[in-house]
Amino acid sequence: MNELVDTIMHLALFLIFGGLAVLAALNLLLQRHPINSALSLVVVMMSLAVLYWSLGAEFLAAAQIIVYSGAVMVLFVFVIMLLNAGEEERTKGSKIASIAGFPGAVAIFCLLSFVFLSEGHKLGLSHLGGSLDEATSNISQISSLLFTDLLLPFEVTSILILVAILGAVVLAKKER
Amino acid sequence: MHLSDFQLFVLITIIKIAVVLVITLTAVAYTVLLERKVIGRIQNRWGPSRVGPFGLLQPLADGIKLFLKEDLMPMSVERPLFVAAPVIALACALVSVAVVPFGATFKIQGVDIFQVSNVNIGLLVILGITSIGVYGIALSGWSSNNKYSLMGSLRASSQVISYELALGLSLVGVVLRAGSLNLRDIVNSQIGHGFLSWNFFGGLQFVGFFIYIMAAYAETNRAPFDLPEAESELVAGYHTEYSSMKFAMFFMAEYANMLTVSCVATLLFFGGASSPFEGWLPAFGPAWLQAVLPIFWFVAKVFAFLFLYIWVRATLPRFRYDQLMSFGWKFLLPLAMANILATSLIMALRS
Repeated sequence: MNELVDTIMHLALFLIFGGLAVLAALNLLLQRHPINSALSLVVVMMSLAVLYWSLGAEFLAAAQIIVYSGAVMVLFVFVIMLLNAGEEERTKGSKIASIAGFPGAVAIFCLLSFVFLSEGHKLGLSHLGGSLDEATSNISQISSLLFTDLLLPFEVTSILILVAILGAVVLAKKER
Repeated sequence: MHLSDFQLFVLITIIKIAVVLVITLTAVAYTVLLERKVIGRIQNRWGPSRVGPFGLLQPLADGIKLFLKEDLMPMSVERPLFVAAPVIALACALVSVAVVPFGATFKIQGVDIFQVSNVNIGLLVILGITSIGVYGIALSGWSSNNKYSLMGSLRASSQVISYELALGLSLVGVVLRAGSLNLRDIVNSQIGHGFLSWNFFGGLQFVGFFIYIMAAYAETNRAPFDLPEAESELVAGYHTEYSSMKFAMFFMAEYANMLTVSCVATLLFFGGASSPFEGWLPAFGPAWLQAVLPIFWFVAKVFAFLFLYIWVRATLPRFRYDQLMSFGWKFLLPLAMANILATSLIMALRS
């Protein structure tokens, strides 16, 4: 009984936030004002976080919210506010966009859905609800994986970020 | 009528949410009164004293006044975002109370009634919601189409983003000691020897605590870091163009954020709902008293932090903007990192 209710609730969550993510993504393309597009992107990120959460990846969900919605997108919104970007003007669009763009998008969609549907079992399955209980926390799992098997990529990534920070400092520094 | 487990769970949860929401809003209203009273006494005057006994009904009168005021909306605002901004600010401020455990574990029908939701990553949830709250401030300033509002919101959001780092890092020491991000686990890791086992005293996290409390004052845009609302420079900052209930929502968001910050400080550094003599005095009294006493201690600690907030506001002058930024980046951030290193070194040596 309880498991059935659990599944239904997780399915409802998935449908609501999956739909919200798709709608917000469409809104991002259709909106004319850059700030509205940026905010739609925030909605996409947050719905994705809820989807991660409902699959049992709590830490990933929190990281998604804090890093993407809370930091990266704030920066986007900031830049749009500071540049005071106005509404974009609609042009007819280049011919290449209409000739190659729409069929290309459809082709990529078909390709991806074909791959996921036919090779889905190789990607592994995850259950709605995942391991979401109060006993297991996936932070310890992530960290033990990160500091044993994936130590080299982890350290290389941190060096990459350090280089980026140094680059930002050099760029921002005033000439003397 | 017989209810199934699931129906009971839903019912108790809804009641819990309603009660916690009402209590939070009441606490917000009375924090405003407390602030006016205390600042009044510090400045050698009475503060509000006319409405009801000792002015205790003043929040009610303020609420009625704000409801009945005309809701002005300037011509050139970005209408949808202008309306959405205060809603975002208030919603984010109120949601984070949901993961705060405000009493000892006490279960009715298998549902913990002194915490709305026990989440494994409770601390990250609070940090995440705080970081979303920036949008309320940023959008309000931009959509107002007013240069003072924009300046205020730019100041506020850059301040919040800068101090978020120091805030997050100052909590890592506590997380290291508890080995968990679950707020209930963090509270339980500070139990055993009364107040000596609290992270502030026994855990030697006082450096982390002071970093946290300073960063939190900046996060909530309160004095001495209240540059976004510096009235001598910016009229009223990001909510200049707001009136009536929309203004009230920003106002409530500010005080609800203060409340959340005080709750987190209590949970992480001062043992949450545990009594300072716990482990030394034997448990006494009937079961209901043992369930209610922790709430009393929790409220007392949160009240002390709110009082500190007000005391600081009445005492310290405002920072200058460059001082604010260099204080956050060049002092608090390195200090927080040093705190992490020292804590983990000590923990590694002890184990």
